[in-house]
Amino acid sequence: MSKKKAKKMLEIKNLHVSVDGTEILKGLDLSVNPGEMHAIMGPNGSGKSTLSHVIAGRDGYEITGGRIIFQGEDLTGMAPEVRAAKGIFLAFQYPVEIPGVANTTFLKEALNAIRRFKGEGELDAMQFVKMMRAKTKELGISDDMLKRAVNVGFSGGEKKRNEVLQMAVLNPTLAILDETDSGLDIDALKIVAEGVNKLRSPQRSMLIITHYQRLLDYIVPDKVHVLAHGKIQRTGGKELALELEEKGYAEFDEAAA
Amino acid sequence: MAASTQTAQQVQELADDKYKYGFVTDIESETAPKGLNEDTVRFISAKKNEPEWLLAWRLKAFRHWLTMAEPTWAKVGFPEIDYQDSYYYSAPKGSDDGPKSLEDIDPELLATYEKLGIPLREQEFLAGVAVDAVFDSVSVATTFKSKLEEVGVIFCPISEALEKCPDLVKKYLGTVVPYTDNKHATLNSAVFTDGSFVYIPPGVRCPMELSTYFRINAKNTGQFERTLIIADKESYVSYLEGCTAPMRDENQLHAAVVELVALDDAEIKYSTVQNWYPGDENGKGGIYNFVTKRGACRGRNSKISWTQVETGSAITWKYPSCILQGDNSVGEFYSIAITNNCQQADTGTKMIHLGRNTTSKIISKGISAGRANQTYRGLVRMSPKAEGARNFTQCDSLLIGNECGAHTVPYIESKNKTAIVEHEATTSTISEDQMFYLRQRGIPPEAAVALVVNGFCREVLQQLPMEFAVEAQKLVGISLEGSVG
Amino acid sequence: MGNTTSTPLVFVDGFDAARPGLPGADLSWLKDIREAGIKRFNGLGLPTPKLENWKYTRLKSLEDTRFQPVTDEDGMAALDHVPSLLPDPGGRPRLVFVNGRMRPSFWIEGDLPSGVHLECLRDTLARDPDWAEAYLGRLTGDDHQALVQLNTAMMDTGFALRVDAGVVIEQPIEVVFIGGLTNRPVAYFPRNLIVLAAGAQATVVIHHVGMGIGAYFANTVTEIDIGEGARLNHYKVQAETRDATHLSTVHVNVAKDAAYEAFTLSIGGRLSRNEVSVRLEGEGARAGLNGAYLMRGSEHCDNTTVIEHLAPHTTCREIFKGVLDDQSRAVFQGKIIVRKEAQGTDGHQLCKTLLLSTGAEIDAKPELEIYADEVKCSHGATTGQIDETALFYLRSRGIPEAQARNLLVQSFVGEALDEISNEDVRHAFTDKVLHWLPAACFRSDEWRGK
Repeated sequence: MSKKKAKKMLEIKNLHVSVDGTEILKGLDLSVNPGEMHAIMGPNGSGKSTLSHVIAGRDGYEITGGRIIFQGEDLTGMAPEVRAAKGIFLAFQYPVEIPGVANTTFLKEALNAIRRFKGEGELDAMQFVKMMRAKTKELGISDDMLKRAVNVGFSGGEKKRNEVLQMAVLNPTLAILDETDSGLDIDALKIVAEGVNKLRSPQRSMLIITHYQRLLDYIVPDKVHVLAHGKIQRTGGKELALELEEKGYAEFDEAAA
Repeated sequence: MAASTQTAQQVQELADDKYKYGFVTDIESETAPKGLNEDTVRFISAKKNEPEWLLAWRLKAFRHWLTMAEPTWAKVGFPEIDYQDSYYYSAPKGSDDGPKSLEDIDPELLATYEKLGIPLREQEFLAGVAVDAVFDSVSVATTFKSKLEEVGVIFCPISEALEKCPDLVKKYLGTVVPYTDNKHATLNSAVFTDGSFVYIPPGVRCPMELSTYFRINAKNTGQFERTLIIADKESYVSYLEGCTAPMRDENQLHAAVVELVALDDAEIKYSTVQNWYPGDENGKGGIYNFVTKRGACRGRNSKISWTQVETGSAITWKYPSCILQGDNSVGEFYSIAITNNCQQADTGTKMIHLGRNTTSKIISKGISAGRANQTYRGLVRMSPKAEGARNFTQCDSLLIGNECGAHTVPYIESKNKTAIVEHEATTSTISEDQMFYLRQRGIPPEAAVALVVNGFCREVLQQLPMEFAVEAQKLVGISLEGSVG
Repeated sequence: MGNTTSTPLVFVDGFDAARPGLPGADLSWLKDIREAGIKRFNGLGLPTPKLENWKYTRLKSLEDTRFQPVTDEDGMAALDHVPSLLPDPGGRPRLVFVNGRMRPSFWIEGDLPSGVHLECLRDTLARDPDWAEAYLGRLTGDDHQALVQLNTAMMDTGFALRVDAGVVIEQPIEVVFIGGLTNRPVAYFPRNLIVLAAGAQATVVIHHVGMGIGAYFANTVTEIDIGEGARLNHYKVQAETRDATHLSTVHVNVAKDAAYEAFTLSIGGRLSRNEVSVRLEGEGARAGLNGAYLMRGSEHCDNTTVIEHLAPHTTCREIFKGVLDDQSRAVFQGKIIVRKEAQGTDGHQLCKTLLLSTGAEIDAKPELEIYADEVKCSHGATTGQIDETALFYLRSRGIPEAQARNLLVQSFVGEALDEISNEDVRHAFTDKVLHWLPAACFRSDEWRGK
């Protein structure tokens, strides 16, 4: 945990990222303070998912310029599991199925790996179960979901709730929600949003990546950024999202053309 | 190491008493001359004080062996074996031979024991530290023994069974795996030195897994082990073979034979965790594990279930099979095979349906990594009389890395229209998505691989008795070490 | 390996005598490959069940019978009509061989576009020997297949189809091989060459049909080369007589983005084996290798396939359906090999067999051999009888049992027939299946697949 309160949670400076030789992010700047919730909105293909993956450290993204600073530390070259241990959590747009591995086993493995990294002792089975009970109760998630294999046979809503549960258990300082609203009906969306809101805290920042404004009806951001053509084109308050809802992204298409 | 010295002392103390507990055969420290001929066979038989009929049988096997060709159909490659360049009989090592203490043992081996959480005393045993006697708690052993005797279960070395119950041995030995079966099994028939004998009397449910006991006691049964298990009517036994820690062993060729017989309404569950020395990263050294395992469901409603976790050996050649003779009998085969580095495995099963309404199930999970090659080879045969028989087979292979191979070769033969056979096989890899997802949650790459692979194997791991399953899971991770960047 | 059968190799004895009359006898390169072929065949001997991929098929008929070469006279056997497969040959090109001899009077040249050469092997060897030399024997892989070696030595008939770059043939080309109209056991050795240049497209329907009685042995080899982006539909019906031995080996090379679609329908022959090897050599190459076998009496039918993925992002689909009645026996051996280079391979294979009778037998061996990790490969195989519940369902709706059984067999085979992309051929093959069914009391025109 950072000692200086004033230190930025996330600072991205002039970030250029290429995938298979094609430049996707073309000089992106972003600054997030502790406790803030930022929304990143943009049309398809604007580089939203690239941004989330590159912060989490996925292979296959080449940083050709700029830097990503997380709590004062340059993330360049850092393994994804180390970033996770340092407090970065990515809620996936398409959560991955791991057949045969129970959700609890997976979470225990993840939590203890992170605790080991931080030099905290591992939780034993009893402590873990107790903690899980508290989290599931808090988020209103059934125990049944814990016994099932990770995301296997989960509905779209269940998968996203599972992501929220994992966030609650792993307790990150920066959570990135990548298109969390995709594939959800309105009821499922509300439940997920409720879970996310419960996890808001002054120590935790969140980055909500979304195409549509509707998620922001339920999760209210401090700032809204429009990402198009690999750059942040505009930054504003939550009213910017409503404006986009009305006008669409056409303006930004022209701007960059 | 103080603890090991202490153990050595205990061992020394026990050495004089060792025969009292009956599980170590009385043989002088002697070795047959190198090479294989009829004299070798006679020497072994004489050493073991065997009855005439057994010597005759061994000799028949040996003569037949001379006419046999090496099986070549398996997808494994190795230089020709020089059968004359080997010892076929050597007494267990005395305390003068072998490593004196754990300090003499390869630290890598010890590190593995550590990871598996094997108790120190067992570590010494497994590593071959000169523990020539029953080193573990004698009282435990004797308690087991009396408990088994109470219900009439016979569990002893075959050589001892020949004295105790020669008729039973004579009646069943070689009836499931005939001495003519295949070159490796025939060699075993000629020169087997020892192995276990189990007889469960009618109506008896064996009061314990014959595992812990075995793990403590069986040792140096060596190269040509022979196991015979008979479950009489309405009896049940669960037998566990091997151990989850790598065995230190200098023998290159292992040609064991296991025969199971289940009579009416009897059930045998046979579990194996095999983790012999696999050779180094470059394929130097390692055990050739050429094993013939077969069970006969002779009785009506009988059941034989094989579960195997094969992670060791340089070459594995093994097809635990079921002959489903009795009507309504059931055969099962659950297998996990992991090959890494330069290991080769050609393993699978045969389900021979002879009786009516016989059913079989095959679940095979193969994982190949490094430069290893692995083959599932299986036969399902529905004979003309197998009315209403059923088989279900699921074979899944997982490849890790681009230097390894995974192959599936099922043989399906049906001569009965009322029999149903269903076979499915898939091949896949650990996807990049899965790896990133797990790592994003903080799990390091090797642990992530172990987690996915354990999930992949879950259906089979569930078949193992609890205490075995935990170690087997750890073993899965250890076996795949170094398989990811 | 050596000679694996003790029976004298009749064809070796007859080689020298037959040679002067074989096509292309004046070509020295052909003489060389024929000689190499007979030498190698003599060394290998006829395949026996001791060989792994002949485990389930024994060439008993070849051991029992002394087959003789065909003569021109055999080729002129009386024949009042050609059993055409496609309903109205009209302008469709058609080649007809009788007892292994080309029958010019039945030849329909059809409306082939320019850039297409279709002729019998003998004419190709006479007209364009250099082209023939460039392809003949080049696609058959290594020399371990005894029957290919025998054919190379003895090839006495067959056709060549050559399509120039970008040429698309709309009409299916039908090639009919008629056998069985002789008074003694005869053997003939068709050798077919199909070469499609880049972007070319063709549909070839091969119809092997037995008429009359008497044993005959057809040992066919077909070599196919499909150029970049080209597409070949290769359909075959094997409807030989119950005395016939039909052995066929096909080798196919598929280049980048090219496609090979095959369907083999086996509905007759004492002993038959269709062995197909496909090499997916170029990135994006695709193969659909499908078939059905319907056997009765004591017929024996073997389908052996090998699909080898050698380049990235190659795809294969394989569906075989079998229906076995009486004491008939079928063998399915299907191997998919994925080489290390073939990352991104997608392969799926399915083989299902229905046993209609006590005494029928199926031996199936689907096989995967995988050396690349980024692959999606699977296979499935099932054997069983007609679903009693489905049968009861149909009967409870008023359909008599015999018809209900036929209907269920039809629907079972239909899943494979659906893979035939050419509609005319799919209908023709469906009719063949309907005719095969017992007591064709139930024939519905509505049921012709989609």
